[in-house]
Amino acid sequence: MGFPILSVMIALPLVAALACLFVGAKAARWIALAATLADLGLGILLWHGYEIGGAQWQFTESVPLFGRFAWALGIDGIALLLIVLSVFLMPICIAASWEAIEKRVPEYMAAFLLMETLMVGVFAAQDLFLFYIFFEAGLIPMYLIIGIWGGADRIYASYKFFLYTLLGSVLMLIAMLWMVSEAGTTSIPALMAYDFPPEAQTWLFLAFFASFAVKMPMWPVHTWLPDAHVQAPTAGSVILAGVLLKMGGYGFVRFSLPMFPVASAELMWLVMGLSMVAIVVTSLIALVQEDMKKLIAYSSVAHMAFVTIGLFAFNRQGIEGALMVMLGHGLVSGALFLCVGVIYDRMHTREIVRYGGLSNNMPKYAMLFLLFTMASVGLPGTSNFVGEFLSLVGAYQISSWVAFVATTGIITGAAYMLYLYARIAYGSARTPEAAAMPDLSPRELAILAPIALAVLWMGVYPESFLAPMRNDVGAVLARLAPTAPESDAKVVIGHPKPAVEAHAEAHH
Amino acid sequence: MITAIVFLPLLAAIVAGLGSRMIGNVAAKTVTTGALFASCALSWPVFIDFMTGAATAHVVPVLTFIQSGDLAVDWALRVDTLTAVMLVVVTSVSSLVHLYSWGYMAEDPSQPRFFAYLSLFTFAMLMLVTSDSLVQMFFGWEGVGLASYLLIGFWYHKPSANAAAIKAFVVNRVGDFGFSLGIFGTFLVFGTVSIPEILAAAPGYAGASIGFLGYRVDLMTLLCLLLFVGAMGKSAQLGLHTWLPDAMEGPTPVSALIHAATMVTAGVFMVCRLSPMFEVSETAMHVVTYVGAATAFFAATVGTTQTDIKRVIAYSTCSQLGYMFMAAGVGAYGAAMFHLFTHAFFKALLFLGAGSVIHAMHHEQDMRYYGGLRKHIPITYWAMMAGTLAITGVGIAGIFGFAGFYSKDAIIEAAFANGSTSGGVAFAIAVFAALLTSFYSWRLVFLTFFGTPRWAGSEHIQHAVHDAHGHGHDHDHDHGAVPSEEDAGHDPHTHDAHDHSHPVEGTAGYHPHESPANMLVPLIVLSVGAVLAGWFFAPFFLDPEHGAAFWAGSIAFDEHLMHAMHGIPELAKLSATIVMVIGFLIALWAYVLDRTIPARFTAQFRVLYDFLLHKWYFDELYHHLFVVPAFWLGRFFWKKGDQGTIDRFGPNGVAAVAVRAGSAARAAQSGYLYTYALVMLLGLAAAATWAMVG
Repeated sequence: MGFPILSVMIALPLVAALACLFVGAKAARWIALAATLADLGLGILLWHGYEIGGAQWQFTESVPLFGRFAWALGIDGIALLLIVLSVFLMPICIAASWEAIEKRVPEYMAAFLLMETLMVGVFAAQDLFLFYIFFEAGLIPMYLIIGIWGGADRIYASYKFFLYTLLGSVLMLIAMLWMVSEAGTTSIPALMAYDFPPEAQTWLFLAFFASFAVKMPMWPVHTWLPDAHVQAPTAGSVILAGVLLKMGGYGFVRFSLPMFPVASAELMWLVMGLSMVAIVVTSLIALVQEDMKKLIAYSSVAHMAFVTIGLFAFNRQGIEGALMVMLGHGLVSGALFLCVGVIYDRMHTREIVRYGGLSNNMPKYAMLFLLFTMASVGLPGTSNFVGEFLSLVGAYQISSWVAFVATTGIITGAAYMLYLYARIAYGSARTPEAAAMPDLSPRELAILAPIALAVLWMGVYPESFLAPMRNDVGAVLARLAPTAPESDAKVVIGHPKPAVEAHAEAHH
Repeated sequence: MITAIVFLPLLAAIVAGLGSRMIGNVAAKTVTTGALFASCALSWPVFIDFMTGAATAHVVPVLTFIQSGDLAVDWALRVDTLTAVMLVVVTSVSSLVHLYSWGYMAEDPSQPRFFAYLSLFTFAMLMLVTSDSLVQMFFGWEGVGLASYLLIGFWYHKPSANAAAIKAFVVNRVGDFGFSLGIFGTFLVFGTVSIPEILAAAPGYAGASIGFLGYRVDLMTLLCLLLFVGAMGKSAQLGLHTWLPDAMEGPTPVSALIHAATMVTAGVFMVCRLSPMFEVSETAMHVVTYVGAATAFFAATVGTTQTDIKRVIAYSTCSQLGYMFMAAGVGAYGAAMFHLFTHAFFKALLFLGAGSVIHAMHHEQDMRYYGGLRKHIPITYWAMMAGTLAITGVGIAGIFGFAGFYSKDAIIEAAFANGSTSGGVAFAIAVFAALLTSFYSWRLVFLTFFGTPRWAGSEHIQHAVHDAHGHGHDHDHDHGAVPSEEDAGHDPHTHDAHDHSHPVEGTAGYHPHESPANMLVPLIVLSVGAVLAGWFFAPFFLDPEHGAAFWAGSIAFDEHLMHAMHGIPELAKLSATIVMVIGFLIALWAYVLDRTIPARFTAQFRVLYDFLLHKWYFDELYHHLFVVPAFWLGRFFWKKGDQGTIDRFGPNGVAAVAVRAGSAARAAQSGYLYTYALVMLLGLAAAATWAMVG
């Protein structure tokens, strides 16, 4: 075992978080920035050192603690990319909070650093209970961030968040306990290869589903998300949308699909059905929102439904697409919340009607906001296209109905995002304050520009992101292959015959 | 070379878009225009090589794009005859429009942005026409959609421009919905998205069936029709056409480039590119024919009543696109592409000419306030005449004709020669639409250039005249020479300006000026194209023998159909010319000889007139059918669904129960964080205990 890079990536922010608690606001900011940048540097090293086509689990570490419980870490390509996404967004969050947060800065920075520890931990954990600790504890700093630095209705928002998550986590824990007693191991890689009895799989699947569906969030357990986003400070929204929502999708691909393939196939229609409803319903709801953050929050629910549709398509395009949506949405929704934050910091309102005409006085902002809007719409050449396209390609191979309903999302998605953009950036300013807002500061530009480049990179050359996860998706597919459901297409090759008859047949 | 042709405009767009602050306006305009002329200069040799047979089809790979299992897509540039035709169309019109915009947009404060968008559009369009896979085609497809959105909404301070931009994007997305499903289905069936591989395998699926939404349907028909929905959106075919007339909110050079010559023809290009696939499904071919015929008819009828000069040309474009689809539907892909080719030149010419008129008339676009302009802006007049002669198809068989004479007549003849029912319908409608085309085109010319000036009724002109007193105005240059003494006594006319049905006659003391040279040069170049392109290129595009060699398999060129065209009855051949003359005579009679006719006609046929004036009420219908319900449903799902049901019985319900349950629960509620931590710790303790025991 060489340099324990994963442990260092987990420990570094934790140490920095403790340090923040003992210094003043200014020092806390710099410590947080330095620590998150250092973690980003480590993340890049991790990516660089990851051997594509090498062992499934790399950078593994294992220190037995007690009983079967072990400090076991290790990553595959899927975890690698999600860790890179997390450490990429963290310094951006710290920089975004530089001036916006004025009260209890050391505690705020500590909460964010703790969050980073837990996020990296979730994706790196190879022990079931270690995963559980990181997964559930990750919500505590988020509660604090919403509850202390949030908006006026923060108590209600965090109460909802709590209620939903509690239910899911209790069920998941019970399921985990049963699984460990059945399989006799807490090692996630071992569990991924273990065949649970089919009748038990259904219950286990549902228990995990309760937790992951809330995290995604899937319709109808999504209503906590808009409230949480609206109340959270900007950086909180970025992490919530950028990384925390991805834990649900990660859970599905790491646990539900490989561990319970039989149940996944049986309950596929539950997932597909809820996702289809989500795409139609939440897109329409997004269309009528008057609060910018709520609009983007609802759009997130719709976009995450592309993830579940792709994952439960049981084929390579679907799963790779779902993972690309997760990465792309992590960048784009994070960027959109940052864009909202930029103008919220200036006018302190999220009401869309208070803005307008920002292309006049904020041309740089308008341009970047346009890029992220188009990425959210899924324009080819941006990150989200690759993911949405692949997951829909995958979905169509299973069911034309799913693809048909889900693809309506590209129409409604364009409608609500362009409507939002036009009301904010086009027309003329509806308030004098809006007309007087200055363009992006160098700090704000430095926050948004890297995300813009990443969005284009993912859109033009997604191979950088698809290559590391290729074999790991293959491993999941190998688990799913025996139970993969049949397509509804059932192509029947016609007998060579004159075209006239083919024409007649098409009418019957 | 193809790499340079495609990527020069992108580089120029990036430089002009991001660097204009550093390099300045003039440099930004020079870079983009220069890049486009370079692209154009490189494109023509490519085209000529295909004409002479010196070049063969090839693909230049650029970069890996998406690799996901069997789905393998590269960024690659395909060059064959079909691409070469599109290359010269796109780069020629685009470079001329860039040049024209120097003059037309001279007063605009954000010129670099405009030129950057134009170049970005050109790049996306070139990616579309060079695509070797459906996915890259979709990239170009969406890219031109983005540029179109940005340019329609270029004057973003205008609410109408914003609405039109969103409408264009969203309606196109409805088409893309079909296109996407078509790509998904194609991949499902063929296991590839590479166009040559699909086309090679397509005939093997004749008569195959597939399950779709619970029905069992003919496979190739389904795929072709799904893809065709995309084509309908981009090419503004009936049903998905509503965005195109509104797109006229964009600056006129944009209308010429995007909404006449290039982007809107992408649907026709797609059907021609995939023609071997469409050939497999006769049903799909019939649908293409009928949709094209319906559009040609619909748009031509509406075009006869519009008064905005750009909207007339927009409906004309819509109608001509219908012709191209009719041609494709009856299997005459060569004719479809030829009409696309000639149409690009004469329609760009008509739009740029209209822009020159609008420029001269101080942004007035309503033809009721034009009149008598032929002496004031003679070069524009002659250019518009060339365009009109081309679009109406003036010519004598075997001697000489303007561009449209060759391409439109070929479509009409091919429809007749096709022999099927749909071909017969297409023939009848094409002939009738040709009558209307001739009528509305000459109506435009007569209203604009003939008769006596009716400028006094225009508010724009009134503004121009009054601003000349020195109030200062953005557009001073085109009326700076108005003599002040002529201004007296024109004030009463301002009241009349509000009454649109009875425009007042008179010049209001306004003197229209011919446009500057940078606007006139593109007009003259395009005029040459409108006059000569048909005569010169017809043998290559249409001739049974030459055509097969020219197209070299890049479209499903039907030599027999092209032969059969020559064998149709003389009357059928002459029909287009006959109706063209009739249309001209009606326009001449109603708008020059007896100008009371239009008013009498509209009074007598009020219902018909209103129906046409309101564009068959499509906008109203869609508004009530889609827009209103979408917002209503959104509010319903939000208020009644999320808030009224999920939250009410979910978290709020739990909270209410908890509150009733008493103080213990209240404590839990306020200290939920601790409760949560406690539950988690208890769970972990249980796990740890178990782990130690086990």
